[in-house]
This record gives sequence, structure tokens and C-alpha cells, in this order.
Amino acid sequence: SPYQNEEKRNLSLGGHVGFDSLPDQLVSKSVTQGFSFNILCVGETGIGKSTLMNTLFNTTFETEEASHYESAVRLRPRTYDLQESNVHLKLTIVDAVGFGDQINKDERQVSPIVEYIDTQFENYLQEELKIRRSLFNYHDTRIHVCLYFITPTGHSLKSLDLVTMKKLDSKVNIIPIIAKADTISKSELHKFKIKIMSELVSNGVQIYQFPTDDEAVAEINSVMNAHLPFAVVGSTEEVKVGNKLVRARQYPWGVVQVENESHCDFVKLREMLIRVNMEDLREQTHTRHYELYRRCKLEEMGFKDTDPDSQPFSLQETYETKRKEFLGELQKKEEEMRQMFVNKVKETEAELKEKERELHEKFEHLKRIHQEEKRKVEEKRRELEEEMNAFNRRKVAVETLQSQSLQATSQQPLKKDKDKKNRSVITGNQSGVSLSSSKVMITKTTVEPLNCSSWWHAIQCCSCLVKNATWREGFL
Amino acid sequence: CQLFGYVGIEAVLDQMKIKTMKMGFEFNIMVVGQSGLGKSTMVNTLFKSKVSRKASQPGQEERIPKTVQLQSVTHVIEEKGVKMKLTVTDTPGFGDQINNNNCWDPIIKYINEQYERYLREEILITRKRKIPDTRVHGCVYFVPPTGHWLRPLDLEFMRRLSKIVNVVPVIAKADTLTLEERAEFKQRIQQDLKTHAISVYPQEDFDQDPDDRALNDRIR
Repeated sequence: SPYQNEEKRNLSLGGHVGFDSLPDQLVSKSVTQGFSFNILCVGETGIGKSTLMNTLFNTTFETEEASHYESAVRLRPRTYDLQESNVHLKLTIVDAVGFGDQINKDERQVSPIVEYIDTQFENYLQEELKIRRSLFNYHDTRIHVCLYFITPTGHSLKSLDLVTMKKLDSKVNIIPIIAKADTISKSELHKFKIKIMSELVSNGVQIYQFPTDDEAVAEINSVMNAHLPFAVVGSTEEVKVGNKLVRARQYPWGVVQVENESHCDFVKLREMLIRVNMEDLREQTHTRHYELYRRCKLEEMGFKDTDPDSQPFSLQETYETKRKEFLGELQKKEEEMRQMFVNKVKETEAELKEKERELHEKFEHLKRIHQEEKRKVEEKRRELEEEMNAFNRRKVAVETLQSQSLQATSQQPLKKDKDKKNRSVITGNQSGVSLSSSKVMITKTTVEPLNCSSWWHAIQCCSCLVKNATWREGFL
Repeated sequence: CQLFGYVGIEAVLDQMKIKTMKMGFEFNIMVVGQSGLGKSTMVNTLFKSKVSRKASQPGQEERIPKTVQLQSVTHVIEEKGVKMKLTVTDTPGFGDQINNNNCWDPIIKYINEQYERYLREEILITRKRKIPDTRVHGCVYFVPPTGHWLRPLDLEFMRRLSKIVNVVPVIAKADTLTLEERAEFKQRIQQDLKTHAISVYPQEDFDQDPDDRALNDRIR
């Protein structure tokens, strides 16, 4: 990187600076935030899980005795808020109820447990993968330790024990303990422990090893490692021993003191679990078991750290590739839309052209009709004019004839007749389109008289036209 | 739930302490301010050692760089068993030009780069047990002791950077101000910051409980 100028060297301080308080700062921060510890108890019903929890934490977690008739294994988590001096602990105890009780002790015994553990990992992973996340507020429910209760037969591990522990060892820190240890004699116990450990080793079960890398705790841890599995006795009842009240179990033949190291390993368990290695258990859960789960899950989902060329994925590259993809998609969509638009335009254009053409045709058609009509009308007009001329000629001829005939006879009565004849002539000629004049004159007197005085007006006057059938027919 | 007797839960605190001491700490601070304000001297005084090389040493031809450059120096210091990897990032050239437009850009870029580096490590499938933390934990901003107000450059810088990093403003070379001037200056600066809604460290919205708030209010 162009900025770094790393001259990492050890520097000696000229005086007290004060950052040695950093661990304390961190610790006090955790104290105010509080922290969680989650224990999973797996063992047959009645083996003493709840009693042991009560003894370990010196309190009474409210619980009723579990029934032996559970139909399936189910996990029952219960969370308690404990406080000691200024430390707040959110303790969750998860019970595998019904474990080992079924007649058929097959897969279904273990899978609910595995599922539960995985679900807690999954929830944490989801929170971690969120874009807006609040991990420091998150109540961590991942199981930090699994206490596996071994039935004190004195012989060896049951096959259910081996199967269960094998399934769980890669998911959680397992601490095997021998329950109700006061039912085994000292020598039996010794042999039992050796047998158990060798069976675990030969079956490849990885139980939790107390850490021996830190000098402060290496010694005590390695000693404890040799005492595994711890043979414990739990009791919440107090018995007077000497002049003290101690937690113990009172039998007719004697008292088994819980906190007496020669009686059982309870103190060792408490030391290891709470007072020495609690933080390490939490850390192992987070950095080993959780990371494994996370890696498997992410790989399952198809994520990779390196691309096909084994080059590490750069965030920038991924971003660029995704961006290119997205832009490409965008462009494609744009093209499609543009194409669609163009097509639509073309279609509409074609439609419009079609309509235009149709209109044009119609127009032409109408024009032609109109022309046709005009022509017909012209023709008729010409005919009419011809007839008018013919009529006028006849009229003139008739008038001359009439005046000639009138001069021959008396004038007055003929005037009337003349008028009558004139009128009838007029009417007759007006109405008659026929060719023969005299015939027309005679026949047409029976026709109704027109209202209009002249023929031109008569043509234009619709009422006149209507009154005379022949005109109407001819005109049409 | 009530505990009837001593369980030993508080032993976990010691466990944590041991763990953190074993892991060691990483602390990265950045000092920003014009040249000559005494940044290197202050860092050296803070950590009581020659952490930074002073810019004005005789025989050294150091000219003011044309653009803001960032130089990081890393040291490992130890005190009472606590190991700390201290990285001090200096920003020569900040505010020294005639035209100081966007002189904060290289700084913002650097800070974001560190965040991205961490994120990249965090989202790997197979990730390291301990991701190296190069993120800038605090930015000490040196305000020149004018005694009047915060300059536009100061305001701009602090406004932008307080959004992405913890900004601690300090009045440099405060011995050039009398006590009254100093108090007045401080007040004016606080006012300025409030008016411009710049939240410097410790930020109010990160106060987790009344104790925190009481402590931080005094600091503010």
C-alpha cells in the first residue's frame, strides 16, 4: 500500500503512559455489557443433571422432575440471570429431555440435539451477515459446553454414548462426566475411567482438552486433563459434618460430601468449568466450532473465496463484475423497450396509413358519384333546355295560330277562352314534357294547376314538383 | 436467581484479562493538522518515546508536499506485560496549500480503505483467527490557537470525518493563550460544534448507561 511506511520496531517508553489499563478497560466493558454462557446437558433421565446444575451454581433452578415417557427427544432451554459481585451472567441451561428413554435408540436420539446446536450457530451467522447488525447487543445462544453424563455402570461406555459423542464432538466442546459417582467404588472408578478414555480415543471422539498453552493455567489444566472424565456427585441438601454444614448425601452407612475431593471430583469440575476455563470454552466455541459451521454453510450456499483462477476474490472485482452484470441487464431491458416502442410506432403508422388510404378511396368514390350525379344533372338540364326551346317554339307557333283564329271569330268570348287556353296552354306546356304539343295541351288540362307563374320557378319550387307526377319522374 | 454461596463466576474476569493480555492490542491513531502545530511533539509526549520523526530536524530537506500524503509508522510498545502495536498516521500537507479544497479526500479514502480491508477479511469463508485491525481508532485534530473561532477548514474537516471516525479535537500550542482566552476559545469551539451538529468523540449516541454519560459529559 502506498501509504504504509512500516517500521515495526520495539520502542522503549520513557515513563508510565498508562495503556496497561487496557485489559481492565476491556474487562469492565464486558462487565457492563454482561455476557452469556450456555451449557447443554445430555444424559438419561434421572441421572442427576438438574441436581448437578443446582450444585454447581449454588442455587435452585426451578424445575420439575422430568417424565420418563417422552415420545421423542426434545431440547428445553432455560435462561437465568445470575449475578456475583459485579458480574452479570446470562446462563442458559439446555436439557435434552427424553434422551436414552426411547425403546428404539436410533438416529432420532441424536439428531434433535445436533439440530439445536446448528440452529444456534445459524442464528448467530444470520446476525453476523446482516447489513445493519448489532452483534454487541446480540444474546449469544451458541452452546459453549456440552456435559455428557455417563451412566455409572462401572463397565464401559454404551453404544449410544459413543454414537452421540461422535456426532457432537465437531460441533461443541464435550466434557464427559460420570454421574452418581457415589455408586462406584474407588477401584472400580479408576478402571472405569481408563476404559472410558481408551474407548473414546479408539473411536476417535475428540473431547474438550483444557488449554495448556498459557503458563498461568497450564499446570493445573494438564493435571485436570488426566482426571477426565470427572466423577461427580450432586446434592443440594446440607448435612452436618463435624461442626459445619456441608452439601452432602446422607446414606445409612455414611455421608458423601460433595465438596470433598477425596469423595468425588465435583470441585475439579467446578474449577475447570467455571473458575478457570469459562472464557476459553466461549472462545473455542466461537473460533473453532462456529467458524467450522460458518465455513461449511457458506460453501454449501455456493460462496467461494477464490475465483476459478485461484486468485483471491477482491471485493472491488466482485463489485465491478456485479455492476457490469447489472448494467448489462439494464441495457438489455432498455433495448427491448426501445424495440417494442419502435414496433408499436410502426404498427400505428401502418394502421394510420391504411385508414388514410381508405378515406382517400372513399373520397374518390364519393367524388366519382358526385361527378356522376353532376353529369346526370347536366344532362337533364340540357334536355330541359331543349324542351324549353321546343316548347317556346311551339308556344310561339300556337300563339300565332290562335291570334289568327281569334281574328276570325269574336274577340271577347275568345279572350276568356284565350285566357283559359292560355292558362291551360301554360299549364299544359308547363307540365308536359312530352313531345306532341297538342296532345299535351289537351291531356294536361286535367292536371292540377301549378302555383308558380313561370316554368323556371316551377322547376325550383318543390311543391310544384311534387304535385306533378311526370315532372317528378322525369327529374329523378 | 439467587446464589446461595460463592460460585466463582467472577473468576471469568481474570480469565478474560489474561486472554487479552496474551493477544495484545492494536491501536491506530491519526494526527491531522497544519504543519508546525506540534503534532509529532504531542505524539511523542503522549507515548513518552520517539514515536514520530519530527518534520523540522536540522539537515533534513523536507518540503511541504504538494498534496496531502499519509505516512504511517508502527511501533510495538509494552507496559507491565501489556503489549500494544501502535500505529501513528501522519498527514503532512493538510491545510498547507493556498487552495485547500478537498484536502480531506485522501484522508477519507485512507480510512475507508482500512475499513474495506477489514471487511474483506471478515467476509472470507476461511477467515483468520485474528483479523489484523488497521482501522483508524481515533483521529486527533489539531486546531490552531487563534483564540477566535473554528475556521471553515476545521469545520468542514470535522464535519466530514466525525461521521466515519472518532474525532478528538485539540487546541494545539495552548501555551500561547492565557487561561481566560483558552476557556473562551474552548467554549466557542463547543458552541460551533453544536451549531454545526458535529459529534466528536465521545459521541452522545454511543453512551451506554448513565455512568458512561456522566463521565463523558465531563469530558465534553
